[in-house]
Amino acid sequence: MSEAGTPAEALTYEQAIANLRQTADTGDRYYAAWWLGRFRMKQPEAIALLIEALDDSLDRAPDGGYPLRRNAARALGKLESPEAIAPLIACLQCEDYYVREAATQSLGELQATVAVPALLKLLEGGPEAIAAIPGKPHLTQPADAVMETLGQLRATVAVPVVQAFLEHPIDKIRLAAARSLYQLTGDDHYAERVVQGLSDPKLQRRRSALMDLGAIGYLPAAPQIAQTLAENSLKLISLKGLLDTHLRQQTPEAIAELDESAIALMDLMDGLL
Amino acid sequence: RAVAALSAARTDAAIPTLISVLAFNNPGAAVVAVDGLIQLGSPAAQAILNNLDDYNYGARAWALRALAGIGEPAALPLLLSAAREDFSLSVRRAATYGLGRVRWADLSESDRLAQQQQCYETLKLCLQYDPEWVVRYAAAAALETLAPAATQLQSAIAETLNRQAHSDEERAVQARSRLAERRLAGGV
Repeated sequence: MSEAGTPAEALTYEQAIANLRQTADTGDRYYAAWWLGRFRMKQPEAIALLIEALDDSLDRAPDGGYPLRRNAARALGKLESPEAIAPLIACLQCEDYYVREAATQSLGELQATVAVPALLKLLEGGPEAIAAIPGKPHLTQPADAVMETLGQLRATVAVPVVQAFLEHPIDKIRLAAARSLYQLTGDDHYAERVVQGLSDPKLQRRRSALMDLGAIGYLPAAPQIAQTLAENSLKLISLKGLLDTHLRQQTPEAIAELDESAIALMDLMDGLL
Repeated sequence: RAVAALSAARTDAAIPTLISVLAFNNPGAAVVAVDGLIQLGSPAAQAILNNLDDYNYGARAWALRALAGIGEPAALPLLLSAAREDFSLSVRRAATYGLGRVRWADLSESDRLAQQQQCYETLKLCLQYDPEWVVRYAAAAALETLAPAATQLQSAIAETLNRQAHSDEERAVQARSRLAERRLAGGV
């Protein structure tokens, strides 16, 4: 949810397709790939072109990366297209870290359980192998995204692998491991490690704990989420994640009834409006 | 901590300082300042209204939240236009919620009916058409609090909430609409 709303350059579907097809202007292609995902253009033609863009070599970033591939990989995650799964799995081998990261996240959004072995390969070597690269702002592998996706995919086979990352020297990685393990095991003590982030002295840490708890829908954290020193908009998104998870777990009749937990969550949300 | 002390002092002399805190981009301090301003009521609302043009959008959202909490009728034109038109979703959210918390007793009866009608129409638009779930959610909550004060609108409000409870694309907005509808019917 962007605060100001991007005053999106008004594209039509036809223009976006034409922009993605042409090769003269890399900026127009890059924007078109984003636009197709953002506005959920699920036409087969759009999906085919985006899959093609995963192999693009014309658009190169100063760091050697592939910007168009990154955007295409992100867009495909939003289009609910099973044809994108195999090409995205192939992207997990791309030399560009950000392509691997985007493909990982999109495979999670697509519920691609078939990707689990390829995702586990990115964690090979365990915590020791996932380290900073001198001169780069990222690690050797997008381990946090990989663990989150494994959690999202309920890949219980990954539990021992992910557990080893609870001791990783970088706290962001440790938290991603805890979050993932909660999704994989349902064991509250992993979620409580994420809850601790709500009282971290750094605002950025508190914000990511809010997002993580919303994503895993950990109901017992609701009162602490409401009390966290952070923007109300983030707290509302986090609590909505809890409410969505809670409602999703219920039958339609129970949703119509609105149980006490749902009402308590909404009362907390009202207090943040 | 200084902001907390100022808020606790509950004196009109604190108003300009509390208002200036809203622009600090420090959510912790802003929450405390908003609470302080709400406690101070009408004089704080007047001061906020007089300074509104100077704020960045973050500060405007906090200011709208204070005005919404105070329920100042003089802020109604601002709340109505902000709920519909502000580009920032935090501002639309706060304004929308505020439309359900106006101190109606401060208005004459004829004025009140006309203004409540306007509030209802704006909230209905926000509930049905705002692209952000959180604004639609706030509109459902606001319709719940508007209804008891606006007896002539209650059946229309109930119908609007019922429709949204079945049609919104977000479960959370459906649930909030349903909760509001049930509370109005005396069910919760």
